[in-house]
Amino acid sequence: MGDRFLIKGIEFRSRLWIGTGKYKNFEETARAADASGADVITVAVRRVNIVDRRSENLLDYIDPKKYKILPNTAGCYTVPDALRYSRLAREAGVSDMVKLEVIGDEKTLFPDTAGLLRATEILAKEGFAVFPYTNDDPVVAKRLEDAGAVAVMPLGAPIGSGLGIRNPYNMKIILEVAKVPVIVDAGVGTASDATVAMELGCDAVLINTAIAEAKDPIAMAEAMKYAVIAGRLAYKSGRIPKKLYGAASSPIEGML
Amino acid sequence: MRLKVNGGDYETKAETIGQLLGELEIMPERVAVEVNLEVIKRADFGNYGLKDGDVVEIIYFVGGGEIWAIDS
Repeated sequence: MGDRFLIKGIEFRSRLWIGTGKYKNFEETARAADASGADVITVAVRRVNIVDRRSENLLDYIDPKKYKILPNTAGCYTVPDALRYSRLAREAGVSDMVKLEVIGDEKTLFPDTAGLLRATEILAKEGFAVFPYTNDDPVVAKRLEDAGAVAVMPLGAPIGSGLGIRNPYNMKIILEVAKVPVIVDAGVGTASDATVAMELGCDAVLINTAIAEAKDPIAMAEAMKYAVIAGRLAYKSGRIPKKLYGAASSPIEGML
Repeated sequence: MRLKVNGGDYETKAETIGQLLGELEIMPERVAVEVNLEVIKRADFGNYGLKDGDVVEIIYFVGGGEIWAIDS
């Protein structure tokens, strides 16, 4: 659909972005990516296995010419680690984009927003297009924007929890205060959650677990594709106000 | 010489990063290399001289979305 958007001069065709973790194999990852219609795929940065070098490469299945590869700093708990992974990712990849994660707590996987802010500032100065994974906190979102983030990626709920958008009101406020695009990252459990995020006016949604761990990941990828399109169209169409009482939609005139 | 490569001891005849990747049969296009915590530009792989005791990290992209545990 003719609904493209730009971030730092990069054009995005799809408002559904997907992660590549937790799939059974690369073949399934590639099929889900295809079914989702996503044009942004996030990947993690890890050591090459130098003992078993025959292991396959993700990029043999996810063509960087077809998809925008968005490296992430998943698993980083400190600012120095997040910076190190970001710099390595830039050298391994083809762009300056990084989905910046500085995790603050192992149990909830909530971001360490103080560390995130510091890392965002440093990487933005180094020319990175920083996409920080943040809490659903409007003040932090604004601070990240001021620190040079090109978008903000607030969580809908904890990573992998599938609880949906737990605080749609905060999300609304983030959308009001942030001038940069808002991309929901984490929390989506099923199609309606993705639709809710888009109906609120979010610019895109990033989904991994909800697709990868569904019983049929390929079908769920397709469901998410339509959910995001439906939510976006509903947002742009302007929904009716909620009313407490009924309001007839058929004319009174002509009744017997 | 003896290097530390991706966390393990590694004995090599390679004198440059380019030669080390060749020895390990790793395509340079898809990896990034760090030596003693410094990221090395891919264009410099061929002429970056390694020294005994250097700590080398070779990384690439793997599946991982919202999060993956370190060294899983």
